[in-house]
Amino acid sequence: MKTVIVKYNAGNIRSVQFALERIGVNGIVTDDEAEIRSADKVIFPGVGEASTAMNYLKERKLDQVIKDLKQPVLGICLGMQLLCRHSEENDTPCMGIFDVEVKKFTSPVDNLLKIPQIGWNNIANLHSVLFEHVPENSYMYFVHSYYAALGADTVAITNYVINYSSALQKDNFYAVQFHPEKSAEVGSRIIENFLNL
Amino acid sequence: MLTKRIIPCLDIKDGRTVKGINFENIRDAGDPIELGALYAAQGADELVFLDITATNERRKTLSALVTEIARNVNIPFTVGGGISSVEDVSVLLQSGADKISVNTSAFNNPSLVDSLAREFGSQCIVLAIDTRFEEDDWYVYLNGGRVKTDVKAFDWAKEAVNRGAGEILLTSMNNDGTKKGFALDITGQLSQNLNVPVIASGGAGTMQHFVDVFETAQADAALAASIFHYKEIEIPALKNFLYQKGVNMRF
Repeated sequence: MKTVIVKYNAGNIRSVQFALERIGVNGIVTDDEAEIRSADKVIFPGVGEASTAMNYLKERKLDQVIKDLKQPVLGICLGMQLLCRHSEENDTPCMGIFDVEVKKFTSPVDNLLKIPQIGWNNIANLHSVLFEHVPENSYMYFVHSYYAALGADTVAITNYVINYSSALQKDNFYAVQFHPEKSAEVGSRIIENFLNL
Repeated sequence: MLTKRIIPCLDIKDGRTVKGINFENIRDAGDPIELGALYAAQGADELVFLDITATNERRKTLSALVTEIARNVNIPFTVGGGISSVEDVSVLLQSGADKISVNTSAFNNPSLVDSLAREFGSQCIVLAIDTRFEEDDWYVYLNGGRVKTDVKAFDWAKEAVNRGAGEILLTSMNNDGTKKGFALDITGQLSQNLNVPVIASGGAGTMQHFVDVFETAQADAALAASIFHYKEIEIPALKNFLYQKGVNMRF
């Protein structure tokens, strides 16, 4: 099995590679179109800013490469947001795999909300093969200021003042807002579930 | 619901953990990777590695160590100590650190915080502040607490957040090492007025101290070193105690 991690200008790629290594899988980090297209599994990670990341992908036509993929794809964090329709972060049109809007967390008037959300939060209403043997309300590690709204493709819900999509799934595209590569054993389980698809 | 976080801090010198006794499950208390992985397995929510190496070789040693930590530890970790440039941070993040912390270098050159946030995002920039209460207020100290400034801790924290710091790690020098509890007043002042998470540090001695810092001061996370390294408090017992007191914890 060939597992590819899409290389672009958005952080944390090393962490994903190490998480794969811990379960005995070699992740190839590449931005080469042929390499990506020929992979069995594609992981699209990311920490960073949406418009910078989208521009980088577009300049290299990687956005189209990703959209055309038929094998299982896993978007993580910013990777998930870029697979959505549009992000409020610098008003960025994204790839539109998932028909949901990415919005910024805002503080309610009577409650100071810490932004970004940093830390462990639970995931609920799980219904995806990604979550096989993952208990309801498992805690995952999140770091983000923008969130994907709820929609038809929502397969996990998390609450941070509001309910939002902590995971999305449509056809061969899977995406999680949290960092499975940093979420202890349960995160590793989710990565394994993806690799076993 | 977002949980409160328990964060063990490991001091590193020349690639080795400075404090600590041998745990049954690890061979070498001086090995930061082994100790970090043990804390992760026990339920620590994050780790902080503070490098106190003073030699010229430190940068190379540290990035190699960070790579090995990232390879072996499956929870997020922050690296701090002597970081003073965008390039330092770039190397550490590329080596696999999730966040970095800056202290004296950011105070002396506040635009460093702007540069780091712009380059890497606020979410990986932790501003560490060492503070001491004097006469009327809490003041910032630099260089590991050796140099006093006339700037109030709250004012500096607020400025740094405006410049892009994504988290504040606040250490009370009055409380550090006393085991009499965290500094609830200044921790609360920061946590309740700044819209970024505040990590409280210094003074943990009992499990009730953690309840106090989460409930009274509303800290987002609590950091401790020696009580964990000397097994005076063990993380699973601490998290159970907090949970029973109504503090939201991850298990």
